[in-house]
Amino acid sequence: MVNLGIGIPTLVANYVPPSLKVFFQSENGLIGTGPIPEQGMAHPLLTAAVGRPISAPPRACTIDSAMSVGVMRGGHVNVTVLGGLQVDAEAHLANWMIPGKMVPGMGGAMDLVSGAKRVIVAMQHAAKGKSKIVQKCALPLTSSRPVDLVVTEMAVIGFSGGKMTLQETAPGVTVAEVMAVTEADLFIPASVPEMKL
Amino acid sequence: MKAVSAEEAVALIPNGATVMVGGFMGVGTPERLLDELVRQRKSELTIISNDAAVPGQGVGKLFDAALVAALTASHIGLNPNVQKEMRPNKVAVHLVPQGTLVERIRAGGCGLGGVLTPTGVGTMVEEGKRRIELDGKSFLLETALRSDFALIHAFLADYLGNLTYALTARNFNPVMAMAADTVIVTAEHIVPVGVIAPDHVVTPAPLVDYLIANG
Repeated sequence: MVNLGIGIPTLVANYVPPSLKVFFQSENGLIGTGPIPEQGMAHPLLTAAVGRPISAPPRACTIDSAMSVGVMRGGHVNVTVLGGLQVDAEAHLANWMIPGKMVPGMGGAMDLVSGAKRVIVAMQHAAKGKSKIVQKCALPLTSSRPVDLVVTEMAVIGFSGGKMTLQETAPGVTVAEVMAVTEADLFIPASVPEMKL
Repeated sequence: MKAVSAEEAVALIPNGATVMVGGFMGVGTPERLLDELVRQRKSELTIISNDAAVPGQGVGKLFDAALVAALTASHIGLNPNVQKEMRPNKVAVHLVPQGTLVERIRAGGCGLGGVLTPTGVGTMVEEGKRRIELDGKSFLLETALRSDFALIHAFLADYLGNLTYALTARNFNPVMAMAADTVIVTAEHIVPVGVIAPDHVVTPAPLVDYLIANG
């Protein structure tokens, strides 16, 4: 079971081969989501979390909110891919508010990061010239539980051995270019392979 | 259970009441009851709801009409009116993680004093709360939530008030139907007793106080 956050993470579904038989969860109460329905086939009581129409192909099930967040917090979600505002050297994620500017609320993000078996952050490496990979999150944390992997348009960053480590670079991106837009102390192994796309 | 009009049901709600409203981004929300709250200008309401929906839809209508004094919710990001009113403190907004919100309501409905959750430990959410260590893990003590009224939207209601829900319109509805002193329900369809099989009833009739008659 996989939960995708809104924004960049939603795109992940487009790259999952059907042979993987993944159940995607929508936090408003649907497990096994399908594509956006064809013209004229939308139902007002069948929506994704943001309220737009979705479909429920055979094998899908609907659940109430207690069970929906229960599967997240209870460790039944194998992988979540979430957006991020900042990730720091201790693998902490901040993704739910910018004090004084943007206070949308955390929705289910805190429960998801607290409970999902594997947490992957998919975000841009920097925003408006400022690195989002920081030494210590200045923005309020989503959870004290560390994330497992960060994927940006420039790099894949992991935390094996307790060290923020550059695991891969995007095609055409050099290690020096990644370091130039990374504020955190990033460990660079002897060889850094290129992402396979 | 008593069948009444939306007008009669909403007349029971005083200004300043605490009201839970089912729905998730306006899906599965009892719109007719919200329209009637606006028409009767019930004000200074304390609303407990997953989110603030969007202007013109679901609980968003209550903010459009400036009837809300306080909101407890997990997300307000898609309603710019609420974000605007939150800053000058026109509306006191309490943001709660979604899983914590639903479990606090569930606890309120089931006679529990609260729940222990790992969600929010070490974040802003922990401020002012007790942290409890159990078997080497940290939890926050989150207290139960109840309300004066719950406004529920079902898919089917039978003549006695047994309820079932449809698709993603279920969300907070069955949990809230347990946690209020007075439960008021609208349904897409009202059907004879027996149409909803015993195995398919989600909210049992004895929990429902008022069912809004169609027409």
